[in-house]
Amino acid sequence: MVVDELSDAEVDRIFQALADATRRDIVGRAMQREQSVSTLATHYAMSFAAVQKHVAVLERASLITKERRGREQIVRGNVDTLRRAAQLLGAYEQIWHDRAVRIGEILSEPQKGMES
Amino acid sequence: MTVVSSEKDLDKLTLTFTAEFPASIDRVWQVWEDPRQLERWWGPPTVPATFVRHELRPGTRSDYYMTVPGGDRAHGWWGIVEVDAPTSLAVDLGFSDSDGEPTGDAPSRMSVTLSEDDGVTRMTSTTQFISLDQLERMVEMGMEEGLRLAMGQIDALLAEDSRQNA
Repeated sequence: MVVDELSDAEVDRIFQALADATRRDIVGRAMQREQSVSTLATHYAMSFAAVQKHVAVLERASLITKERRGREQIVRGNVDTLRRAAQLLGAYEQIWHDRAVRIGEILSEPQKGMES
Repeated sequence: MTVVSSEKDLDKLTLTFTAEFPASIDRVWQVWEDPRQLERWWGPPTVPATFVRHELRPGTRSDYYMTVPGGDRAHGWWGIVEVDAPTSLAVDLGFSDSDGEPTGDAPSRMSVTLSEDDGVTRMTSTTQFISLDQLERMVEMGMEEGLRLAMGQIDALLAEDSRQNA
């Protein structure tokens, strides 16, 4: 249901930006519906502790939120943060692209000898 | 200039940008080392950067400000962490107050590597932010007016989409 708020292109873009395959998968599942960490852990060939570690990284980045409900820890995707992070990193990428263009222009000028 | 690759890592809030220049590694190093050349490219022409102090020596601090249209200044600092001329550089990037003094906020880290092959120099810069707020401030500081407007429009469109789908 949450996923409906994002266009397919936007989801693709966001997911490409998650470099780690496991974390990408966790965010995907947590965005489709909220679920417990123990349910999540059944999908991966790694220890519960290792999955918890991935969840902690994503939680620190605010890409998912975690809430304790009884004995379970429930995670869900944080769409707003995902969208904001993708947008800001995209803007920062544009800033670097423009910087590289300006460096290229400086380098193409005839040299007046060493300046420093 | 050729963009070789650009990678965004959302969970690590990291951007890795790689470009190639038809110039020697020593020449590309100069655009980082010489403050007069550095300030010609660090900020966009509409928001030019001025480096008040800059020396690529570990342990030193570079101070700079960006002048936005209208004359207001946004101040920042670089903490020079590691220098291995002309191949690598590690710098902490932080914000300063209106007097040019660093705010207490934790900096982000930028690493730059240069390598030359047959007269073409490849430059990779990796910037890791510690929070979305920090990334947002850095984008706001370095962004051209046009891009700022475009971002605002995207925000408005997204808000519109959310309302329609709600």
